[in-house]
Amino acid sequence: MLGRLSLSAIPLDVPILVGTFIGVLIVGVAVLGLITYYGKWGYLWKEWFTTVDHKRLAVMYIVLALVALARGFADAIMMRTQLALAYAGNPGYLPPHHYDQIFSAHGTIMIFFLAMAFMTGLFNFIVPLQIGARDVAYPFLNNLSFWMTAVAFILVNISLFIGEFSQCGWLAYPPLSEMQFSPGVGVDYYIWAIQISGVGTLLTGVNFFVTIVKMRAPGMTWLKMPVFTWTAFCSSILIMATFPVLTVAVALLGLDRYFGMHFFTNDGGGNQMLYLNLIWAWGHPEVYILVLPAFGVFSEVVPAFSGKPLFGYKTMVYATCSIMVLSFLVWVHHFFTMGAGPDVNAFFGIATMIISIPTGVKLFNWLFTMYKGRIQYHACMYWAVGFMVVFTIGGMTGVMLAIPGSDFVLHNSLFLIAHFHNVIIGGVYFGYVCGMNFWAPKVLGFKMNEAWGIRAFWFWLVGFFFAFMPLYVLGFEGMTRRINHYDNPAWHPWMLIAEVGAVLILFGVVCQLMQIFVSIRDCNKPENRDFTGDPWNGRTLEWSTSSPPPVYNYAIVPHVSSLDAYMHDKENGIDTRQAGAQYEAIHMPKNTAAGISAGAFALIFGFAAVWYIWWLAAIGLVGVIATIIARSANKDIDYYIPAEEVARIENEHTRKLMAQAAE
Amino acid sequence: MKNKLLARTARLGGLSSALLLAGCELDVLDPKGPVGEGVKSLITTSVIAMLIVVVPTIILTLWFAWQYRQSNTSAEYLPKWSHSNKIEVVIWGIPALIILFLAVITYQTCHSLDPYKRLEAEANTKPLHVQVVAQDWKWLFIYPEQGIAVVNQLAMPVNTPVDFDITSDSVMNSFFIPRLGSMIYAMAGMQTQLHLLASEPGDYMGESANYSGRGFSDMRFHALAMSNDEFNAWVEKVRASSEQLDSQTYPKLAAPSEANPVEYFAHVEPGMFNTIVAKYNNGMVMDKSTGKMIQVQQSAMSDMNMKE
Repeated sequence: MLGRLSLSAIPLDVPILVGTFIGVLIVGVAVLGLITYYGKWGYLWKEWFTTVDHKRLAVMYIVLALVALARGFADAIMMRTQLALAYAGNPGYLPPHHYDQIFSAHGTIMIFFLAMAFMTGLFNFIVPLQIGARDVAYPFLNNLSFWMTAVAFILVNISLFIGEFSQCGWLAYPPLSEMQFSPGVGVDYYIWAIQISGVGTLLTGVNFFVTIVKMRAPGMTWLKMPVFTWTAFCSSILIMATFPVLTVAVALLGLDRYFGMHFFTNDGGGNQMLYLNLIWAWGHPEVYILVLPAFGVFSEVVPAFSGKPLFGYKTMVYATCSIMVLSFLVWVHHFFTMGAGPDVNAFFGIATMIISIPTGVKLFNWLFTMYKGRIQYHACMYWAVGFMVVFTIGGMTGVMLAIPGSDFVLHNSLFLIAHFHNVIIGGVYFGYVCGMNFWAPKVLGFKMNEAWGIRAFWFWLVGFFFAFMPLYVLGFEGMTRRINHYDNPAWHPWMLIAEVGAVLILFGVVCQLMQIFVSIRDCNKPENRDFTGDPWNGRTLEWSTSSPPPVYNYAIVPHVSSLDAYMHDKENGIDTRQAGAQYEAIHMPKNTAAGISAGAFALIFGFAAVWYIWWLAAIGLVGVIATIIARSANKDIDYYIPAEEVARIENEHTRKLMAQAAE
Repeated sequence: MKNKLLARTARLGGLSSALLLAGCELDVLDPKGPVGEGVKSLITTSVIAMLIVVVPTIILTLWFAWQYRQSNTSAEYLPKWSHSNKIEVVIWGIPALIILFLAVITYQTCHSLDPYKRLEAEANTKPLHVQVVAQDWKWLFIYPEQGIAVVNQLAMPVNTPVDFDITSDSVMNSFFIPRLGSMIYAMAGMQTQLHLLASEPGDYMGESANYSGRGFSDMRFHALAMSNDEFNAWVEKVRASSEQLDSQTYPKLAAPSEANPVEYFAHVEPGMFNTIVAKYNNGMVMDKSTGKMIQVQQSAMSDMNMKE
C-alpha cells in the first residue's frame, strides 16, 4: 500500500532534523494562521497562485529563490562548521550520512532553485516590459513553469523529513548513484526533483524564446534590443538546447534504478563515462545560462548609474552570442582526468580559454561605460563594481583550471570549489541581487532600502573573500572537495578562516532580509514611492510605463526608433506613452488554476514514485495529464479590458506625472 | 620562484603573505618529482601571463569607479560617448594574444605532461610497475613483478619511474598524490594509466580526489619514497606477512570497510588485476601492449564473485 514508505523513514534519531522540523512547523503554522486570520486566502489564490501576469509570477519566483537561498545557505554554513570542527580525530557533529546529503542538497538547491528561479524571476520581471509586450507569449505555460519549479523544491525539502536526500553530490555521478551503491530513496528524490523542475525550466526557455522573437514592439529590430533581453534570449536558446540533455541523462539513470537497466552501471555493458559526458553537455552550458542574464543586468545597471550609454553595444551582443555558441564546445574540461588523449584535452582546454576573450571584453565594456561618466552610488552600483573585481579573479582561476596540465593537480580540489563560487557568487548572485535592487521599484512601485542594501553588499563581499580565498590555498595543499573530516594540521587554520567568511555571509543574508522587511515597512513613505515610473532616469522601455505597471503593461504599444528607446524619446521630447491617445480595449489572458493543479499532481506523482507507491503515482500522473487536457479544452481563457477602463487607468497615471512635474 | 608565487597568491586573496608563508606548505607548488615540477612551472607561467590583464583590469575598475563618482565634478563627463575603435581593438586584441600564448603552452603541456606518457629514466633504472585498485574505501596496490600486494601504503624507490595501471572495483575514484603531480580517475572495468616519479625520499599523502561515498574521507594512503635498499627491505617485510591475496581471500578484502589499516599480502595471485578489470567487462580485458581485447581465464572469474 505504501511501497517502501514506513515510519522508520522519518529521521527521529537525528536531533538536527527534528529541531528543523519543529522550527518549520512553528513558522509554517504561524504563516498559515496569519493568512487565515487576515482572510487572505482568497486574495492569494485569485491574485497570485492562479495569476498569469508575468510581473506577479516574477515576484513569486524571487520569493521562491529567497526561500531556496535560506535552505541552501543553511546547508553551506553547516558544512563549513563541520569542517572547522572535524579535525584531528574529532568527528565533528555531522556523520557522513548526514553531511553527504547536505553537500548534495546544497548544490542542487543553489543551482536549480536559487539561481534558476531567481533568473527566471528576472526574465519575468523585465523581458516583456523591456520589449514593449503586454505579456509573455504563453502566459499559462509561465504559470505552469513556476508551479513545476516550486513543487520540485517542495519535493527536495520533503526529503529532509521523510527518508533522505541523495548522497551522491549535486550531479549524482554513477555508478555511485546506481542502485547497487545507493539503494535508498535519496537519489530518487533527486531524480524526480530534477525532472519536474526541468519541465518548468524547459517551458520557460520556450516561452521567452518565442516572446522575444515574436513580440517585440514595432521598430525594435535585433540590434535595437536591450542587452538584458539579448542575454535572456541567448539563455533561452541554451535552455532549449541543453535541458533535454539533462532530462535524458537523468531519465536513463532512473531507468537503471527503477528497471534494472545498464546505461551507467559498472557491469552489464554500462558506461559511467557516458553519463559524465551527457551531464556536462548540459552542465557547462548551464553555467552560461545563469551568468549571461547577470551580464545583462550589469549592462543595464552600469549605463543607468553612469549617466551614459553602454560602451560598445554591438560588441556586447556579439560577445554574448559567441559565448552562447562556445559554451557547447567545452564540456570535457570537467573531466580532463578521465584519461582522454592529449589532443582531446588540448582541444577542450583551448576552447574553454577562448571563452575568456569575449567575457573579458564584456568587463572592459562595463569599465569604459563608467569611464567619463557620472557614477551615482546606489546599492546596485556597489554590487556591479564588486562583481567586476571578484569576477576578474574568478575568470583567471577558471583559465587555470582550463589548462589540462594544471587541472591534473587542481581537479576536484577546494581550488575548484573556490573557483566556481567565485564566479557563481561574484557573477551570478551579485548580478541577480543587483537586478532585483534595480527593477524592484518598477515591479513593486517602491524603492528598496539603500542602507540595508549597501550593508548586505559589504558583508557579502568581505564574507566572500574570507570564505573562499582560503579554499584556493587549500586546493594547493591538496585538499579535495566533499571531505567530512581530516587530520592534516596545515588545513585547519584555513578552514577556520573560511568559517569566519561563512558567518560574514550569514550577516549579509540577514541584511538582505532586513532590506526586504524595511523596504516593505516603509513602502508608503513618499521618498520611497515611485510615481514617475522612471526613478533612475532609465534608458529602456520598461521605465516609460507606470510603477507598478498596469496589468496590460502598455496601453499603446510603444514604437521603437533607436537603441535605448526611452532615452531617445526623452531626449527628443517624444511621449512614449502617447498619453491621451484614443485607447482601445485590450485583449488579456484570464487567470487559471490549471498550473497549480498540474503542479500539485506532479508533486504527488514525484513523491509516490520515490517511495514506489504505484497507485498514488498513477493518480498523480493521470491528474497532470487530465489537468492539461482540461485546460486545452477550455475556451474561456481570455477577456477584454474595456477602453474606458484603460483610459481611466492611464489618465490617472498622467495626472500623477503632471502633479510630480508641478512640484 | 616559490616565494614570488606565494606572495602573488596572497595579494589576490587580500591575505597577508607573512601568514601564508608561516602557516602552510603548498603541496602542489612544492613538488617532489618531475611531473609535479612540470605542473608547477605551467601554473606559474600561466598565472603570470594572465596577471598582465587581470591586475590592470582590477586597478582600472577601482580607479574609474572612484574617479568618475558623481561628486567629483572636476572629472570630465561625456554623456554621449559610447564607442571607440581604438579601445575595441585593444580590449579584443590583448586578451586574444594572451590566450594565444596560453593555447600554445596548453597544447605543448598536454603532450609533455600527458599522464599516459612514460617518464624517462636514468640508464640502468628499470621502471617499477604498480597496479592500483580503488575499493570501498581503500586502495589496493599490487606489485606484479614482486608478487606482493599492499593496502593503503605505496612504497617506491626514488628516482625510479613508476608505471601505474589503475582501475576500480567499486565506484569512480581518482588516484592522487599531490606532492608528485597529476591525478587520474579509477573506473571499474577500465584501466587508466599514470606515470610518476619521486625525486626525494619522503612520506607523501595520497588520497582519492573523487567522492566515492560514505568512507571517502578516510580513503587515504601513505606514498613512501625511499632508497633502493630500503625499498628492497620493504618488499621483504611485505613478503614476511602471513596473508595471501587470491580469489578466495579477495572478496573479503573488497567488501566495504572504512579507515582501513595498512595490510600486507606476501603473495598475490598472478593476473589478479586483469581479473578485477575483466569481471565488469564480460571477462575481457585490454592488453596494454597490443591494444587488443583478450579473454581472462573463466575459472578465476567465477571464483571472484561477480557481485558481493
